[in-house]
Amino acid sequence: MVIKILVIVAPLLTAVAYLTYAERKVLSAMHLRRGPNVVGPWGLLQPIADGLKLFLKETIIPSGANRAVFILAPCVTFVLALIAWAVIPVGPGLVLSNINVGILYLFAISSLGVYGILMAGWASNSRYAFLGALRSAAQMVSYEVSMGLIIITVLLLAGSLNLTDIVMAQKNIWFVIPLLPMAVIFFVSTLAETNRHPFDLAEAEAELVAGFNVEYSAMTFALFFLGEYANMILMSAMTTILFLGGWLPPVDMAPFNWIPGPLWFAFKIAAVLFVFIWVRGTFPRYRYDQLMRLGWKVFLPLSLATVAIVGAIVAYDLLPGAG
Amino acid sequence: MGYISRGARTMLLTELISGMALTLRYFFRPKVTINYPYEKGPLSPRFRGEHALRRYANGEERCIACKLCEAICPAQAITIEAEPRDDGSRRTTRYDIDMVKCIYCGLCEEACPVDAIVEGPNFEFATETREELMYDKDKLLANGDRWETEIAECLAQTAPYR
Repeated sequence: MVIKILVIVAPLLTAVAYLTYAERKVLSAMHLRRGPNVVGPWGLLQPIADGLKLFLKETIIPSGANRAVFILAPCVTFVLALIAWAVIPVGPGLVLSNINVGILYLFAISSLGVYGILMAGWASNSRYAFLGALRSAAQMVSYEVSMGLIIITVLLLAGSLNLTDIVMAQKNIWFVIPLLPMAVIFFVSTLAETNRHPFDLAEAEAELVAGFNVEYSAMTFALFFLGEYANMILMSAMTTILFLGGWLPPVDMAPFNWIPGPLWFAFKIAAVLFVFIWVRGTFPRYRYDQLMRLGWKVFLPLSLATVAIVGAIVAYDLLPGAG
Repeated sequence: MGYISRGARTMLLTELISGMALTLRYFFRPKVTINYPYEKGPLSPRFRGEHALRRYANGEERCIACKLCEAICPAQAITIEAEPRDDGSRRTTRYDIDMVKCIYCGLCEEACPVDAIVEGPNFEFATETREELMYDKDKLLANGDRWETEIAECLAQTAPYR
C-alpha cells in the first residue's frame, strides 16, 4: 500500500514542480520572452532551485496570527490536493482504491479545499488575507454548484458513480462530444475552483497584494503553491475522466492503442493543463460582480437546463444510441 | 437581428476563442528577448558609455588639461588638477570622474578639443561598491588603452557629422 501511494505521489510532485516550470515557459513564449533558461539545460533545474530557495528561507509567523491554524492551513490545502488522487484511475485497473462513489469523494475533497484558504485568511489576522479568503470562499462555493450539476449530467450518461465505469462508458464516444457546452462550462468552473486566471480574485495582486497567502513565507508558502498546482492537475484529471475518456485512446485502432493507457491519461492531463496556462496568458481578470453573475446567472441555469434535458433524453430513451 | 448575432457571439464564445487563437499564434512566434549575457543587441557608434582617456599613437596622453570638460560638465562630476610637466608641456596631475554623479550627457566629449576624454561603447561596468565608481586618471587611461580600437572606430564613423 505504501509503495502504491509512493508510486502515485512521487510522479505527482514531480509533475507539480514541472508544471510551474511549464507555466513560466508557456507564458513567456506567449509574451515573446524566453522564460527561465539559466539553471540547468533550458532552465530545467529551475523548479528544484526554487524549491530549495523556499525550503531554506525563514518561516515568519505574524505576531497577531493564530499559530496553530496558521500552520495548519497550508498543510490542509496540500494534503487535500494529494489525497484526492486515491480514487483517480490512471489506467484500466490502475487505481489505489476503486470505490463505487469515487466521483462523490472527488467532489467532496475538492470542496474541502476552500477550508485551507479560509483558515489561512482568518488565521493570518490581516485585512488583505481575510478579504482574499472571503472572496475565494464565495467563489468556490458558487462554482461548485454548477460543477455538481454538470457532473450529474455525466453521471446520467455513464450510469455510474465509479470513475472506472465512467471512463469505460466513453469507449464509443467521449462525453466531450455530446456534452460540449457542459465540458466548456465545467472547464471554466474548474478555473474558478482552483482560483486560476481569469478568476484568481482570491489573490488578485493588484488589489489584495497576494490575497490569502500574503502573510505566508518559505515552506508554508511553498505548500500553498504546491497545493494550488496539485489542484490544477487534479482538476485536469477530473476533466479528462469526465469528458476526455480518461486513459482511452481517441480511436481504438492500431497506432493509437499501442500507447499504454497511463500515458494517454498523462497526455490528456497535460493538454488540459496547457489550456489552463493558455487561458491565463490570454484573458484579463474578471471583476468580482461579473464573476458572481457568471456563476449564478449563466452557468447555474445552463447546467440546470442541461440536467433536465439530458435526464429526459436518458429516461425516455429519446435518442436511441446516445445514452 | 443585431440582438440575435450578438447573442450567438456570446453563446459561441467567438470573441474568447479568437483571443485565444491570437495568443496561440504568438506562442509560436520567434522570441524578441535576446539571450543577454550571451548575445547582445547592436550599439550605435554614438553610444555614450563608460569614459576613457585616450593616448596618441606614440603613447603620449592626449589631454592637455584645458579643463573645458570640467567647466561644461552639468553634473560637476569631473575634477582636474594640472601643472607643467618637466618638459614644459601642460598635463593633468589629477583627472577624476565621479561615475555616480555623471549623467552620460556626452558634453565632456564634445567640449574636448583633442578628443582625449570620450565615452566608449562599454556599458557593463557595474561594481559592488560605490568607491569603485570614483574613477581616477589611471583607471581612465587604462580604459582608453583597453577600448582604443572600438573608440577609434566609433569616432571615425561619426566624424562626418561632427
